[in-house]
Amino acid sequence: MAESICRTLRDGSLEGEHAPALTIKDTAASPFGFDVFAYVLSQLSSFILAGKSQSRVVVVVAFTRSPSFYVDLLKRRGLDVTSFHKWIQILDCYTDPLGWKGKLVESGNAMCISDEASSVTHLCKDVRDLDNLYSLILELGKGLAGQGKAHFSVAIDSVNEMLRHASLSRVAGLLSNLRSHDQISCIYWLLHSDLHEVRVTSSVEYMSSMVANVEPLNPSASGQRWDSENVSLLKQNFQKGKLNVRFKRRNGRVRLMCEEFHIEQSGINFTPVSSEDGTINQGLLPKVQFSLQLSEKEQTERAKVLLPFEHQGNGKPIQIYDGRRSLEDNKNEATLASTGNLQRNEASGEGEIIYFRDSDDERPDSDEDPDDDLDI
Amino acid sequence: MVAMEKRSLNLLDEALGLEQQTDPWPLRGKLLLIEDCVETSGSFVLHHLVKRILFPNSSNIIIFLAFSRAFSHYDRILRKLGCNLVSQRDNSRFFFLDMLMLQCPDGNEGKTSEGGFAALYGKMQKIICALPEIYKNHVTVMIDDVSLMEVAAYGSSDHVLDFLHYCHTLTSDFSCSLVILNHEDIYSSMERPVFILQMEYLADVLIKTQPLATGLAADVHGQLTVLNTGISIGKGNLKNKISNFHFMVKENSVEYFYPGSRS
Repeated sequence: MAESICRTLRDGSLEGEHAPALTIKDTAASPFGFDVFAYVLSQLSSFILAGKSQSRVVVVVAFTRSPSFYVDLLKRRGLDVTSFHKWIQILDCYTDPLGWKGKLVESGNAMCISDEASSVTHLCKDVRDLDNLYSLILELGKGLAGQGKAHFSVAIDSVNEMLRHASLSRVAGLLSNLRSHDQISCIYWLLHSDLHEVRVTSSVEYMSSMVANVEPLNPSASGQRWDSENVSLLKQNFQKGKLNVRFKRRNGRVRLMCEEFHIEQSGINFTPVSSEDGTINQGLLPKVQFSLQLSEKEQTERAKVLLPFEHQGNGKPIQIYDGRRSLEDNKNEATLASTGNLQRNEASGEGEIIYFRDSDDERPDSDEDPDDDLDI
Repeated sequence: MVAMEKRSLNLLDEALGLEQQTDPWPLRGKLLLIEDCVETSGSFVLHHLVKRILFPNSSNIIIFLAFSRAFSHYDRILRKLGCNLVSQRDNSRFFFLDMLMLQCPDGNEGKTSEGGFAALYGKMQKIICALPEIYKNHVTVMIDDVSLMEVAAYGSSDHVLDFLHYCHTLTSDFSCSLVILNHEDIYSSMERPVFILQMEYLADVLIKTQPLATGLAADVHGQLTVLNTGISIGKGNLKNKISNFHFMVKENSVEYFYPGSRS
């Protein structure tokens, strides 16, 4: 499923449609949204390098990690450093978001730092100005992808930081402008949902066609984010969790999927939920003492049972009672019923249901308007 | 056991991955967040780290932003632990920035607290830039404590977060480590303790001191939970490690032990 997210982002947007957008959200109980973010970035990058994706370039808007962190990350995933400048641009909103360092340089406290990330980095000195941010993103993307039909992708590593510096409506405007831009093939961002009110989270989710929700496997019973009384639970939740993904189609159809992940030294690992249906169902069923499900043996036995209408397959022509005529092999009662003469079979002492229609003319549903006598 | 004592290792050091006490310093470029509460103060963790960081013959430097206590307080405590802060200060290895009287520091940029914090950051960066090359990448910035910083900023937690963000950039620019103390229970009544959550998202290591769940005990002062998500300890394949143990603060030292392991 993490795979299918990446595939959707890879395939990009259709002509005249908004670009697919992904929200990755997490909470402090399972704070691994960034690991998912990094995973998606490296997948997308390898698609771009292999020429498989619609976009040719990725623009990373870095708020919470330094550009060198991203360069190292992609290097660790085995991507070729020398070609970085051809397909990745990092808009650095991390190093100097408010211009403090810039002022220090002016007053003579220069500090020069250069590393291999600098060739693909562009510094943004005021993150509060979202219009400027928007034009910088487009500039960087178009700079590499070129004008015209070439597409690029955008990755934003923290919507929270944007929301800290600007109002929700401005941030939403920026995201939606990016989404509807012709040249942007896909866009995704990370959001820590517990830092904001629900309305903020949902308005961001409204703008995305996919939502990947990082959740703990075992939410703590007390609802507290840190339950140190239960260290083993805490241990589990910080080693693995589940990823719930909601795909929204154009026509409004929604598909939900679930996957388990493990956090390991080398990164994040996704595994399908063990025996998928089973676990999901078990999760939904209430815990009761008796079994609500059939074992395999019970299921095969059940499949062998002959249902009433199947008894007729014994050589004779199959006849199904349609309410009008009696079955030929039925004797008295059915014949009587169809002709309208009802006799109670009192001798046998057994109950039975006898149905007969008032007349053959009467249709089950009359097309008469029942309300036509009303004078409205 | 004897070997353990020789290297004066304890459970806290182990949880932080300090057993390989050499180059590179395991906490380099990391952010440690200490959260305590009023029943169990977490400042002993801070003192312990000061002592560990300034171990003899190391090239580590500390920049200490003190919002809660004066220099003499730390000096007395560290002296008992066997570390002379005065001489470290005179050797330019311990930079003590006294922020006690700080009411929204107004540097040269006017009266806003944002300008004040920008000036404070400028001061720290100046100290680091002035260091000799070999020390530049061995700096630890310590803040005691962030809640008083909020007070100094007249309650504007956004400005404090901006300042912390700039401190965080030092971890990537100079591989600084950052040690921050905060009080958890101040935010306990809030439905959405945004300020402390923001810091938890930033932290590589989270150290919590809490009272025992079972109540008061004569020979246990509380429990420590260390959630290590950023420092590789080497063993095993799992990235995140959680340790939980009890502690008892003594006159000259702190004893750490697993629940029930002490007779």
